[in-house]
Amino acid sequence: MPKLRITFLLPLALAALIAGCGSDDDSSDDSSSDSSATVSLDDCTPNQLETLKSGELTVATDSPAFPPYFEDDDPTNGKGFESAVAYAVADTLGFASSDVNWVVEPFNSSYAPGPKDFDFDVNQISITPKRAEQVDFSAPYYTAKQAVVALKSSDFADATSLADLEDASIGVQIGTTSLEAVNASIAPSTEPQVFDNSNDVVSALKQEQVDAVVVDVPTAFYLTAVQVPEATTVGQFTAPGGDEWGALLGKDSPLTDCVSAAITELSDSGELAGIEQTWIAEKTDAPVLE
Amino acid sequence: MSDAAGTAPGPAVPDRRAERAAARRARTLRHQGIAIASTVVVLGGLAVLLLTSPGWPVFRDAFFDPEVFRDSFPRILEAFWLDIRVFMVVEVVVLILGLTVALLRTVDVPALFPLKILAVGYTDVFRGIPTILLVYLIGFGVPAIAVGESASGAQPLAWLPTEPVVLGGLALALSYGAYVSEVYRAGINSIHRGQRDAALAVGLTERQALRHVIVPQAVRRVGPPLLNDFIALQKDVALIAIIGVTGEAFRQAQIDSLASFNYTPLVAAALLYLLITIPMARLLDRWERRRQTR
Repeated sequence: MPKLRITFLLPLALAALIAGCGSDDDSSDDSSSDSSATVSLDDCTPNQLETLKSGELTVATDSPAFPPYFEDDDPTNGKGFESAVAYAVADTLGFASSDVNWVVEPFNSSYAPGPKDFDFDVNQISITPKRAEQVDFSAPYYTAKQAVVALKSSDFADATSLADLEDASIGVQIGTTSLEAVNASIAPSTEPQVFDNSNDVVSALKQEQVDAVVVDVPTAFYLTAVQVPEATTVGQFTAPGGDEWGALLGKDSPLTDCVSAAITELSDSGELAGIEQTWIAEKTDAPVLE
Repeated sequence: MSDAAGTAPGPAVPDRRAERAAARRARTLRHQGIAIASTVVVLGGLAVLLLTSPGWPVFRDAFFDPEVFRDSFPRILEAFWLDIRVFMVVEVVVLILGLTVALLRTVDVPALFPLKILAVGYTDVFRGIPTILLVYLIGFGVPAIAVGESASGAQPLAWLPTEPVVLGGLALALSYGAYVSEVYRAGINSIHRGQRDAALAVGLTERQALRHVIVPQAVRRVGPPLLNDFIALQKDVALIAIIGVTGEAFRQAQIDSLASFNYTPLVAAALLYLLITIPMARLLDRWERRRQTR
Protein backbone atom coordinates (compact mmCIF):
# COMPACT_ATOMS: atom_id res chain seq x y z
CA MET A 1 0.00 0.00 0.00
CA PRO A 2 2.70 2.57 0.89
CA LYS A 3 4.51 1.65 -2.29
CA LEU A 4 1.45 2.46 -4.35
CA ARG A 5 1.19 5.77 -2.64
CA ILE A 6 4.81 6.53 -3.52
CA THR A 7 4.27 5.75 -7.17
CA PHE A 8 1.23 7.87 -7.08
CA LEU A 9 3.08 10.80 -5.54
CA LEU A 10 5.75 10.77 -8.22
CA PRO A 11 3.74 12.57 -10.88
CA LEU A 12 2.52 15.00 -8.25
CA ALA A 13 6.09 15.79 -7.25
CA LEU A 14 7.09 16.17 -10.88
CA ALA A 15 4.10 18.35 -11.52
CA ALA A 16 5.02 20.48 -8.53
CA LEU A 17 8.55 20.82 -9.88
CA ILE A 18 7.37 21.75 -13.33
CA ALA A 19 4.74 24.10 -12.00
CA GLY A 20 7.62 25.86 -10.27
CA CYS A 21 6.87 29.01 -8.38
CA GLY A 22 3.67 30.38 -9.87
CA SER A 23 0.75 29.32 -7.72
CA ASP A 24 -1.58 30.50 -10.50
CA ASP A 25 -0.15 27.74 -12.68
CA ASP A 26 -1.07 25.18 -10.04
CA SER A 27 -4.73 26.04 -10.04
CA SER A 28 -4.96 25.98 -13.81
CA ASP A 29 -3.24 22.57 -13.80
CA ASP A 30 -5.79 21.24 -11.36
CA SER A 31 -8.77 22.40 -13.35
CA SER A 32 -7.39 20.97 -16.57
CA SER A 33 -6.85 17.53 -14.99
CA ASP A 34 -10.35 17.61 -13.53
CA SER A 35 -11.89 18.41 -16.86
CA SER A 36 -10.44 15.26 -18.42
CA ALA A 37 -14.07 14.31 -18.81
CA THR A 38 -14.74 16.58 -21.73
CA VAL A 39 -17.90 14.72 -22.67
CA SER A 40 -21.25 16.22 -21.82
CA LEU A 41 -23.62 13.97 -19.88
CA ASP A 42 -26.12 14.51 -22.69
CA ASP A 43 -23.97 12.26 -24.85
CA CYS A 44 -23.99 9.54 -22.20
CA THR A 45 -27.44 8.02 -22.35
CA PRO A 46 -28.01 4.26 -22.12
CA ASN A 47 -28.88 4.24 -25.83
CA GLN A 48 -25.66 5.93 -26.87
CA LEU A 49 -23.33 4.06 -24.55
CA GLU A 50 -21.56 1.02 -25.93
CA THR A 51 -21.98 -1.06 -22.80
CA LEU A 52 -21.11 -4.74 -22.59
CA LYS A 53 -24.78 -5.65 -22.77
CA SER A 54 -26.77 -3.03 -24.56
CA GLY A 55 -29.11 -1.11 -22.24
CA GLU A 56 -27.54 -2.63 -19.15
CA LEU A 57 -24.61 -1.61 -16.99
CA THR A 58 -22.25 -4.35 -15.80
CA VAL A 59 -20.37 -3.37 -12.67
CA ALA A 60 -17.63 -5.44 -11.02
CA THR A 61 -16.13 -5.78 -7.56
CA ASP A 62 -14.22 -8.44 -5.67
CA SER A 63 -15.79 -11.12 -3.52
CA PRO A 64 -16.25 -10.99 -0.59
CA ALA A 65 -17.47 -7.40 -0.73
CA PHE A 66 -16.81 -6.01 2.71
CA PRO A 67 -17.83 -3.01 4.79
CA PRO A 68 -17.78 -0.08 4.75
CA TYR A 69 -17.63 -0.32 0.96
CA PHE A 70 -20.37 -2.93 0.68
CA GLU A 71 -22.81 -4.32 3.20
CA ASP A 72 -23.80 -7.95 3.80
CA ASP A 73 -21.44 -9.10 1.03
CA ASP A 74 -24.15 -8.05 -1.42
CA PRO A 75 -23.23 -5.30 -3.92
CA THR A 76 -26.74 -5.29 -5.38
CA ASN A 77 -28.42 -3.82 -2.29
CA GLY A 78 -27.08 -0.31 -2.89
CA LYS A 79 -25.69 -0.23 0.64
CA GLY A 80 -22.09 0.54 1.43
CA PHE A 81 -19.97 3.32 -0.02
CA GLU A 82 -18.93 1.80 -3.34
CA SER A 83 -22.26 0.15 -4.00
CA ALA A 84 -23.94 3.51 -3.45
CA VAL A 85 -21.41 5.23 -5.72
CA ALA A 86 -21.99 2.64 -8.46
CA TYR A 87 -25.78 3.08 -8.35
CA ALA A 88 -25.42 6.86 -8.26
CA VAL A 89 -23.22 6.72 -11.36
CA ALA A 90 -25.74 4.43 -13.07
CA ASP A 91 -28.54 6.79 -12.16
CA THR A 92 -26.64 9.81 -13.44
CA LEU A 93 -26.06 8.03 -16.73
CA GLY A 94 -29.76 7.19 -16.95
CA PHE A 95 -29.75 3.50 -16.03
CA ALA A 96 -32.44 2.18 -13.74
CA SER A 97 -31.27 0.23 -10.69
CA SER A 98 -32.67 -2.92 -12.24
CA ASP A 99 -30.44 -2.40 -15.29
CA VAL A 100 -27.30 -2.72 -13.16
CA ASN A 101 -25.68 -6.17 -13.13
CA TRP A 102 -22.88 -7.10 -10.78
CA VAL A 103 -20.02 -9.47 -11.59
CA VAL A 104 -17.08 -10.63 -9.50
CA GLU A 105 -13.61 -9.38 -10.49
CA PRO A 106 -10.63 -10.25 -8.25
CA PHE A 107 -8.69 -7.17 -7.16
CA ASN A 108 -5.36 -8.33 -8.52
CA SER A 109 -6.59 -9.16 -12.02
CA SER A 110 -8.72 -6.02 -12.28
CA TYR A 111 -5.84 -3.84 -13.45
CA ALA A 112 -4.19 -6.50 -15.60
CA PRO A 113 -4.12 -5.73 -19.34
CA GLY A 114 -6.67 -7.34 -21.64
CA PRO A 115 -10.40 -7.29 -22.39
CA LYS A 116 -12.75 -6.84 -19.44
CA ASP A 117 -16.06 -8.54 -18.84
CA PHE A 118 -17.47 -5.53 -17.00
CA ASP A 119 -18.23 -1.93 -17.89
CA PHE A 120 -16.52 -0.57 -14.81
CA ASP A 121 -15.07 -1.89 -11.56
CA VAL A 122 -15.27 -0.27 -8.12
CA ASN A 123 -13.00 -1.98 -5.62
CA GLN A 124 -10.90 0.59 -3.71
CA ILE A 125 -8.49 0.68 -6.60
CA SER A 126 -5.88 3.41 -6.31
CA ILE A 127 -5.19 5.35 -9.47
CA THR A 128 -1.51 4.90 -10.25
CA PRO A 129 0.38 5.81 -13.44
CA LYS A 130 1.62 2.23 -13.74
CA ARG A 131 -1.90 0.80 -13.72
CA ALA A 132 -3.11 3.57 -16.00
CA GLU A 133 -0.80 2.17 -18.69
CA GLN A 134 -2.89 -1.01 -18.83
CA VAL A 135 -6.38 0.16 -17.95
CA ASP A 136 -8.51 3.31 -17.88
CA PHE A 137 -9.50 5.14 -14.73
CA SER A 138 -12.43 7.45 -14.26
CA ALA A 139 -12.13 10.69 -12.32
CA PRO A 140 -11.54 9.78 -8.66
CA TYR A 141 -14.65 9.20 -6.55
CA TYR A 142 -12.75 9.06 -3.28
CA THR A 143 -9.57 10.53 -1.86
CA ALA A 144 -8.30 8.39 0.98
CA LYS A 145 -8.41 10.40 4.15
CA GLN A 146 -6.07 10.12 7.07
CA ALA A 147 -7.33 8.68 10.32
CA VAL A 148 -6.13 9.46 13.83
CA VAL A 149 -6.09 6.36 16.02
CA ALA A 150 -5.52 6.45 19.79
CA LEU A 151 -5.97 4.06 22.68
CA LYS A 152 -9.43 4.41 24.21
CA SER A 153 -7.71 5.18 27.53
CA SER A 154 -5.71 8.03 26.03
CA ASP A 155 -6.43 11.69 26.75
CA PHE A 156 -6.55 12.26 23.02
CA ALA A 157 -9.27 9.69 22.33
CA ASP A 158 -11.84 12.44 22.92
CA ALA A 159 -10.26 14.96 20.56
CA THR A 160 -12.89 16.64 18.42
CA SER A 161 -10.66 18.83 16.27
CA LEU A 162 -7.21 18.74 14.77
CA ALA A 163 -6.21 21.51 17.17
CA ASP A 164 -6.93 19.17 20.09
CA LEU A 165 -4.15 16.93 18.82
CA GLU A 166 -1.50 19.61 18.75
CA ASP A 167 0.19 18.47 21.96
CA ALA A 168 0.00 14.75 21.17
CA SER A 169 3.07 12.74 20.29
CA ILE A 170 2.12 11.16 17.00
CA GLY A 171 3.54 8.07 15.34
CA VAL A 172 3.61 7.57 11.56
CA GLN A 173 5.24 5.24 9.06
CA ILE A 174 8.11 6.52 6.95
CA GLY A 175 7.47 7.09 3.25
CA THR A 176 3.69 7.36 3.62
CA THR A 177 1.46 10.34 2.94
CA SER A 178 0.54 10.24 6.64
CA LEU A 179 3.75 12.02 7.68
CA GLU A 180 3.07 14.92 5.34
CA ALA A 181 -0.55 14.95 6.42
CA VAL A 182 0.43 15.24 10.09
CA ASN A 183 2.85 18.06 9.47
CA ALA A 184 0.50 19.92 7.15
CA SER A 185 -2.79 19.49 8.98
CA ILE A 186 -1.99 18.95 12.66
CA ALA A 187 1.47 20.53 12.93
CA PRO A 188 2.05 18.99 16.38
CA SER A 189 4.24 20.80 18.90
CA THR A 190 6.56 17.78 19.12
CA GLU A 191 7.77 16.33 15.84
CA PRO A 192 6.03 13.11 14.84
CA GLN A 193 7.87 9.86 15.56
CA VAL A 194 8.68 8.13 12.31
CA PHE A 195 8.85 4.33 12.23
CA ASP A 196 10.23 1.95 9.62
CA ASN A 197 7.11 -0.11 9.01
CA SER A 198 3.47 -0.39 9.96
CA ASN A 199 4.14 -3.09 12.56
CA ASP A 200 6.39 -0.73 14.50
CA VAL A 201 3.72 1.95 14.30
CA VAL A 202 1.20 -0.50 15.76
CA SER A 203 3.61 -1.53 18.55
CA ALA A 204 4.28 2.09 19.41
CA LEU A 205 0.55 2.75 19.73
CA LYS A 206 -0.06 -0.36 21.78
CA GLN A 207 2.82 0.32 24.15
CA GLU A 208 1.99 3.99 24.62
CA GLN A 209 5.25 5.12 23.06
CA VAL A 210 3.06 7.60 21.21
CA ASP A 211 -0.28 9.19 22.10
CA ALA A 212 -1.79 8.57 18.69
CA VAL A 213 -0.90 7.29 15.24
CA VAL A 214 -2.00 8.59 11.87
CA VAL A 215 -2.69 6.08 9.10
CA ASP A 216 -4.98 6.12 6.09
CA VAL A 217 -8.61 5.37 6.81
CA PRO A 218 -8.78 1.82 5.43
CA THR A 219 -5.72 0.89 7.50
CA ALA A 220 -7.37 2.39 10.57
CA PHE A 221 -10.37 0.06 10.19
CA TYR A 222 -8.10 -2.96 10.28
CA LEU A 223 -5.96 -1.53 13.05
CA THR A 224 -8.83 -0.88 15.43
CA ALA A 225 -10.85 -3.96 14.48
CA VAL A 226 -8.11 -6.58 14.51
CA GLN A 227 -4.66 -5.44 15.57
CA VAL A 228 -5.35 -3.19 18.56
CA PRO A 229 -8.97 -3.61 19.69
CA GLU A 230 -8.32 -1.33 22.66
CA ALA A 231 -7.74 1.50 20.19
CA THR A 232 -10.32 3.73 18.61
CA THR A 233 -10.44 5.91 15.52
CA VAL A 234 -10.53 9.43 16.91
CA GLY A 235 -11.45 10.92 13.59
CA GLN A 236 -10.46 11.45 10.00
CA PHE A 237 -9.21 14.41 8.05
CA THR A 238 -8.46 15.31 4.47
CA ALA A 239 -4.81 15.78 3.67
CA PRO A 240 -3.03 16.87 0.52
CA GLY A 241 -1.67 14.09 -1.68
CA GLY A 242 -4.02 11.36 -0.47
CA ASP A 243 -4.52 8.16 -2.38
CA GLU A 244 -7.26 8.54 -5.01
CA TRP A 245 -9.62 5.74 -5.98
CA GLY A 246 -11.24 5.64 -9.39
CA ALA A 247 -13.61 3.38 -11.27
CA LEU A 248 -11.55 1.03 -13.42
CA LEU A 249 -12.40 0.41 -17.07
CA GLY A 250 -10.79 -1.53 -19.88
CA LYS A 251 -8.04 0.30 -21.75
CA ASP A 252 -9.54 2.93 -24.11
CA SER A 253 -13.05 1.98 -23.06
CA PRO A 254 -15.70 4.08 -24.84
CA LEU A 255 -17.33 4.57 -21.43
CA THR A 256 -14.43 6.16 -19.56
CA ASP A 257 -15.34 9.76 -20.35
CA CYS A 258 -18.98 9.21 -19.50
CA VAL A 259 -18.27 7.53 -16.16
CA SER A 260 -15.85 10.38 -15.34
CA ALA A 261 -18.48 12.93 -16.30
CA ALA A 262 -21.01 11.21 -14.05
CA ILE A 263 -18.59 11.17 -11.11
CA THR A 264 -17.66 14.81 -11.67
CA GLU A 265 -21.36 15.65 -11.72
CA LEU A 266 -21.95 13.73 -8.47
CA SER A 267 -18.97 15.45 -6.92
CA ASP A 268 -20.07 18.93 -8.00
CA SER A 269 -23.62 18.42 -6.79
CA GLY A 270 -22.41 17.30 -3.36
CA GLU A 271 -24.11 13.94 -3.71
CA LEU A 272 -20.77 12.11 -3.56
CA ALA A 273 -19.87 13.85 -0.30
CA GLY A 274 -23.23 12.79 1.09
CA ILE A 275 -22.61 9.15 0.15
CA GLU A 276 -19.18 9.30 1.78
CA GLN A 277 -20.65 10.83 4.93
CA THR A 278 -23.34 8.14 5.15
CA TRP A 279 -21.24 5.09 4.43
CA ILE A 280 -17.72 5.94 5.57
CA ALA A 281 -17.79 8.69 8.19
CA GLU A 282 -20.92 7.53 10.04
CA LYS A 283 -20.70 3.79 9.53
CA THR A 284 -17.15 3.69 10.78
CA ASP A 285 -17.81 6.13 13.58
CA ALA A 286 -14.87 8.27 12.54
CA PRO A 287 -16.02 11.91 12.70
CA VAL A 288 -14.39 14.37 10.37
CA LEU A 289 -11.81 16.50 12.18
CA GLU A 290 -11.29 20.06 11.04
CA MET B 1 86.67 -4.73 -3.05
CA SER B 2 85.49 -3.66 0.36
CA ASP B 3 89.03 -3.85 1.54
CA ALA B 4 90.09 -1.54 -1.25
CA ALA B 5 87.32 0.87 -0.36
CA GLY B 6 88.23 0.72 3.26
CA THR B 7 91.88 1.58 2.62
CA ALA B 8 91.11 4.25 0.02
CA PRO B 9 92.71 7.65 0.59
CA GLY B 10 90.82 10.11 2.82
CA PRO B 11 89.60 12.78 0.33
CA ALA B 12 87.70 10.20 -1.82
CA VAL B 13 85.23 9.42 1.02
CA PRO B 14 83.27 12.73 1.18
CA ASP B 15 83.08 12.69 -2.62
CA ARG B 16 81.48 9.32 -2.71
CA ARG B 17 79.07 10.30 0.11
CA ALA B 18 78.01 13.39 -1.84
CA GLU B 19 77.56 11.27 -4.96
CA ARG B 20 75.36 8.86 -3.09
CA ALA B 21 73.29 11.71 -1.63
CA ALA B 22 72.89 13.24 -5.09
CA ALA B 23 71.83 9.89 -6.52
CA ARG B 24 69.31 9.50 -3.75
CA ARG B 25 67.90 12.95 -4.36
CA ALA B 26 67.61 12.27 -8.06
CA ARG B 27 65.88 9.00 -7.40
CA THR B 28 63.41 10.61 -4.98
CA LEU B 29 62.67 13.33 -7.50
CA ARG B 30 62.20 10.79 -10.25
CA HIS B 31 59.87 8.72 -8.06
CA GLN B 32 57.85 11.76 -7.11
CA GLY B 33 57.54 12.73 -10.75
CA ILE B 34 56.37 9.26 -11.70
CA ALA B 35 53.90 9.20 -8.80
CA ILE B 36 52.42 12.55 -9.80
CA ALA B 37 52.22 11.69 -13.49
CA SER B 38 50.69 8.29 -12.74
CA THR B 39 48.15 9.84 -10.36
CA VAL B 40 47.13 12.48 -12.88
CA VAL B 41 46.80 9.91 -15.66
CA VAL B 42 44.92 7.28 -13.66
CA LEU B 43 42.63 9.49 -11.53
CA GLY B 44 42.18 12.06 -14.32
CA GLY B 45 41.39 9.28 -16.76
CA LEU B 46 38.86 7.79 -14.36
CA ALA B 47 37.27 11.21 -13.85
CA VAL B 48 37.01 11.81 -17.60
CA LEU B 49 35.60 8.32 -18.12
CA LEU B 50 33.04 8.91 -15.36
CA LEU B 51 31.99 12.41 -16.42
CA THR B 52 31.62 11.55 -20.09
CA SER B 53 29.80 8.26 -19.56
CA PRO B 54 26.15 8.27 -20.69
CA GLY B 55 25.01 7.28 -17.20
CA TRP B 56 26.67 10.23 -15.46
CA PRO B 57 23.77 12.73 -15.67
CA VAL B 58 21.39 10.12 -14.28
CA PHE B 59 23.83 9.31 -11.50
CA ARG B 60 24.42 12.98 -10.72
CA ASP B 61 20.72 13.80 -10.58
CA ALA B 62 20.01 10.90 -8.24
CA PHE B 63 22.82 11.55 -5.76
CA PHE B 64 24.08 15.10 -6.22
CA ASP B 65 21.08 17.21 -7.14
CA PRO B 66 22.11 20.72 -5.99
CA GLU B 67 18.54 21.92 -5.61
CA VAL B 68 17.50 19.00 -3.42
CA PHE B 69 20.74 19.39 -1.47
CA ARG B 70 20.12 23.07 -0.77
CA ASP B 71 16.58 22.32 0.30
CA SER B 72 17.28 19.43 2.66
CA PHE B 73 20.75 20.23 4.02
CA PRO B 74 19.68 22.74 6.72
CA ARG B 75 17.14 20.27 8.09
CA ILE B 76 19.64 17.42 8.12
CA LEU B 77 22.30 19.62 9.71
CA GLU B 78 19.88 20.54 12.47
CA ALA B 79 19.05 16.86 12.97
CA PHE B 80 22.74 16.00 13.02
CA TRP B 81 23.12 18.10 16.15
CA LEU B 82 21.04 15.47 17.94
CA ASP B 83 23.45 12.78 16.71
CA ILE B 84 26.37 14.75 18.12
CA ARG B 85 24.71 15.25 21.49
CA VAL B 86 23.71 11.60 21.78
CA PHE B 87 27.22 10.59 20.76
CA MET B 88 28.86 12.77 23.40
CA VAL B 89 26.63 11.64 26.25
CA VAL B 90 26.86 7.97 25.29
CA GLU B 91 30.62 8.21 24.89
CA VAL B 92 31.07 9.45 28.47
CA VAL B 93 28.86 6.66 29.79
CA VAL B 94 30.75 4.12 27.68
CA LEU B 95 34.16 5.25 28.98
CA ILE B 96 33.06 4.99 32.61
CA LEU B 97 31.16 1.71 32.13
CA GLY B 98 34.00 0.16 30.10
CA LEU B 99 36.67 1.04 32.63
CA THR B 100 34.57 -0.17 35.55
CA VAL B 101 33.90 -3.51 33.88
CA ALA B 102 37.56 -3.88 32.87
CA LEU B 103 38.74 -3.19 36.42
CA LEU B 104 36.24 -5.64 37.87
CA ARG B 105 37.61 -8.28 35.53
CA THR B 106 41.27 -7.64 36.34
CA VAL B 107 41.42 -7.06 40.11
CA ASP B 108 41.81 -10.03 42.38
CA VAL B 109 39.62 -9.26 45.37
CA PRO B 110 37.76 -12.35 46.65
CA ALA B 111 34.75 -10.34 47.83
CA LEU B 112 34.28 -8.88 44.36
CA PHE B 113 34.14 -12.30 42.70
CA PRO B 114 30.35 -12.22 41.98
CA LEU B 115 30.80 -8.84 40.30
CA LYS B 116 33.61 -10.35 38.27
CA ILE B 117 31.27 -13.06 37.02
CA LEU B 118 28.69 -10.41 36.13
CA ALA B 119 31.34 -8.39 34.30
CA VAL B 120 32.41 -11.41 32.25
CA GLY B 121 28.78 -12.23 31.48
CA TYR B 122 28.06 -8.64 30.47
CA THR B 123 30.92 -8.40 27.97
CA ASP B 124 30.15 -11.81 26.52
CA VAL B 125 26.48 -11.07 26.02
CA PHE B 126 26.48 -7.47 24.85
CA ARG B 127 29.51 -7.76 22.61
CA GLY B 128 27.89 -10.73 20.91
CA ILE B 129 24.54 -9.10 20.05
CA PRO B 130 24.17 -7.03 16.86
CA THR B 131 23.84 -3.40 17.90
CA ILE B 132 20.75 -2.88 15.72
CA LEU B 133 19.02 -5.80 17.43
CA LEU B 134 19.87 -4.41 20.85
CA VAL B 135 18.55 -0.94 19.92
CA TYR B 136 15.30 -2.46 18.68
CA LEU B 137 14.99 -4.82 21.65
CA ILE B 138 15.43 -2.08 24.22
CA GLY B 139 13.65 0.64 22.24
CA PHE B 140 10.47 -1.40 21.84
CA GLY B 141 10.86 -3.89 24.68
CA VAL B 142 11.20 -1.44 27.56
CA PRO B 143 8.05 0.56 26.66
CA ALA B 144 6.24 -2.77 26.33
CA ILE B 145 7.08 -3.87 29.87
CA ALA B 146 6.50 -0.34 31.18
CA VAL B 147 2.81 -0.64 30.24
CA GLY B 148 2.65 -4.33 31.14
CA GLU B 149 0.17 -5.21 33.84
CA SER B 150 0.64 -7.75 36.61
CA ALA B 151 -2.18 -10.08 37.68
CA SER B 152 -3.53 -7.42 40.05
CA GLY B 153 -3.82 -4.92 37.21
CA ALA B 154 -1.02 -2.68 38.46
CA GLN B 155 1.87 -1.58 36.27
CA PRO B 156 4.92 -2.54 38.38
CA LEU B 157 7.41 -1.31 35.77
CA ALA B 158 5.77 1.99 34.92
CA TRP B 159 8.79 3.83 36.34
CA LEU B 160 11.00 2.71 33.46
CA PRO B 161 12.10 5.36 30.97
CA THR B 162 10.24 5.24 27.66
CA GLU B 163 11.78 8.21 25.84
CA PRO B 164 13.12 6.71 22.60
CA VAL B 165 16.28 8.80 22.64
CA VAL B 166 17.08 7.66 26.20
CA LEU B 167 16.45 4.01 25.34
CA GLY B 168 18.45 4.25 22.13
CA GLY B 169 21.34 5.84 24.01
CA LEU B 170 21.13 3.14 26.66
CA ALA B 171 21.33 0.39 24.04
CA LEU B 172 24.34 2.01 22.38
CA ALA B 173 26.05 2.47 25.76
CA LEU B 174 25.51 -1.18 26.70
CA SER B 175 26.82 -2.40 23.37
CA TYR B 176 29.85 -0.14 23.18
CA GLY B 177 30.58 -0.43 26.91
CA ALA B 178 31.24 -4.13 26.30
CA TYR B 179 33.66 -3.41 23.44
CA VAL B 180 35.46 -0.67 25.30
CA SER B 181 35.83 -2.72 28.48
CA GLU B 182 37.75 -5.27 26.43
CA VAL B 183 39.98 -2.54 25.04
CA TYR B 184 40.71 -1.30 28.55
CA ARG B 185 41.34 -4.81 29.80
CA ALA B 186 43.84 -5.45 27.03
CA GLY B 187 45.57 -2.20 28.02
CA ILE B 188 45.71 -3.14 31.68
CA ASN B 189 47.00 -6.61 30.90
CA SER B 190 49.69 -5.18 28.66
CA ILE B 191 51.32 -3.34 31.58
CA HIS B 192 54.13 -5.57 32.76
CA ARG B 193 53.61 -7.37 36.04
CA GLY B 194 56.90 -5.84 37.23
CA GLN B 195 55.27 -2.40 37.30
CA ARG B 196 52.85 -3.60 39.94
CA ASP B 197 55.56 -5.37 41.89
CA ALA B 198 57.72 -2.25 41.82
CA ALA B 199 54.82 -0.09 42.97
CA LEU B 200 54.13 -2.46 45.87
CA ALA B 201 57.84 -2.53 46.68
CA VAL B 202 57.96 1.24 47.14
CA GLY B 203 55.10 0.99 49.61
CA LEU B 204 51.94 1.62 47.52
CA THR B 205 48.91 -0.47 48.30
CA GLU B 206 47.38 -2.68 45.60
CA ARG B 207 44.70 -0.06 44.97
CA GLN B 208 47.18 2.80 44.79
CA ALA B 209 49.31 0.82 42.37
CA LEU B 210 46.30 0.33 40.12
CA ARG B 211 45.17 3.93 40.43
CA HIS B 212 48.53 5.70 40.04
CA VAL B 213 50.74 3.29 38.13
CA ILE B 214 48.87 0.75 36.04
CA VAL B 215 45.64 2.44 34.85
CA PRO B 216 47.31 5.70 33.71
CA GLN B 217 49.77 3.76 31.56
CA ALA B 218 47.08 1.41 30.29
CA VAL B 219 44.74 4.22 29.28
CA ARG B 220 47.52 6.01 27.40
CA ARG B 221 48.37 2.82 25.60
CA VAL B 222 44.80 2.09 24.42
CA GLY B 223 44.12 5.62 23.16
CA PRO B 224 44.13 4.72 19.45
CA PRO B 225 41.87 1.64 19.75
CA LEU B 226 39.49 3.69 21.93
CA LEU B 227 39.35 6.41 19.30
CA ASN B 228 38.59 3.70 16.77
CA ASP B 229 35.56 2.66 18.82
CA PHE B 230 34.51 6.34 19.09
CA ILE B 231 34.37 6.52 15.30
CA ALA B 232 32.26 3.38 15.14
CA LEU B 233 29.92 4.74 17.83
CA GLN B 234 29.55 8.06 16.05
CA LYS B 235 28.22 6.20 13.01
CA ASP B 236 26.02 3.82 14.97
CA VAL B 237 24.12 6.67 16.60
CA ALA B 238 22.07 6.58 13.37
CA LEU B 239 20.61 3.26 14.55
CA ILE B 240 18.40 4.98 17.11
CA ALA B 241 16.28 6.21 14.20
CA ILE B 242 14.60 2.80 13.95
CA ILE B 243 12.84 3.21 17.30
CA GLY B 244 11.19 6.45 16.28
CA VAL B 245 13.66 9.03 17.56
CA THR B 246 12.60 12.24 15.90
CA GLY B 247 15.05 14.60 14.28
CA GLU B 248 17.93 12.19 13.84
CA ALA B 249 20.10 12.96 10.80
CA PHE B 250 19.76 9.66 8.95
CA ARG B 251 16.01 9.53 9.57
CA GLN B 252 15.58 13.13 8.44
CA ALA B 253 17.58 12.34 5.30
CA GLN B 254 15.42 9.27 4.67
CA ILE B 255 12.23 11.31 5.02
CA ASP B 256 13.54 14.00 2.66
CA SER B 257 14.75 11.36 0.26
CA LEU B 258 11.39 9.60 0.14
CA ALA B 259 9.61 12.91 -0.29
CA SER B 260 11.79 14.05 -3.21
CA PHE B 261 12.40 10.65 -4.87
CA ASN B 262 16.06 11.52 -4.81
CA TYR B 263 19.02 10.20 -2.83
CA THR B 264 20.81 13.50 -2.44
CA PRO B 265 19.56 14.02 1.15
CA LEU B 266 21.18 10.71 2.13
CA VAL B 267 24.44 11.82 0.52
CA ALA B 268 24.17 15.07 2.48
CA ALA B 269 23.80 13.11 5.72
CA ALA B 270 26.73 10.89 4.73
CA LEU B 271 28.87 14.01 4.25
CA LEU B 272 28.03 15.16 7.78
CA TYR B 273 29.07 11.81 9.26
CA LEU B 274 32.30 11.95 7.25
CA LEU B 275 32.92 15.48 8.50
CA ILE B 276 33.27 14.01 11.98
CA THR B 277 34.76 10.60 11.29
CA ILE B 278 37.48 11.54 8.78
CA PRO B 279 39.20 14.11 11.06
CA MET B 280 38.97 11.54 13.84
CA ALA B 281 40.62 8.95 11.61
CA ARG B 282 43.43 11.37 10.70
CA LEU B 283 43.93 12.15 14.38
CA LEU B 284 44.15 8.44 15.02
CA ASP B 285 46.81 8.04 12.26
CA ARG B 286 48.88 10.86 13.74
CA TRP B 287 48.63 9.42 17.19
CA GLU B 288 49.77 5.99 15.96
CA ARG B 289 52.71 7.50 14.06
CA ARG B 290 53.83 9.45 17.09
CA ARG B 291 53.78 6.32 19.17
CA GLN B 292 55.82 4.41 16.62
CA THR B 293 58.51 7.07 16.35
CA ARG B 294 58.77 7.49 20.10
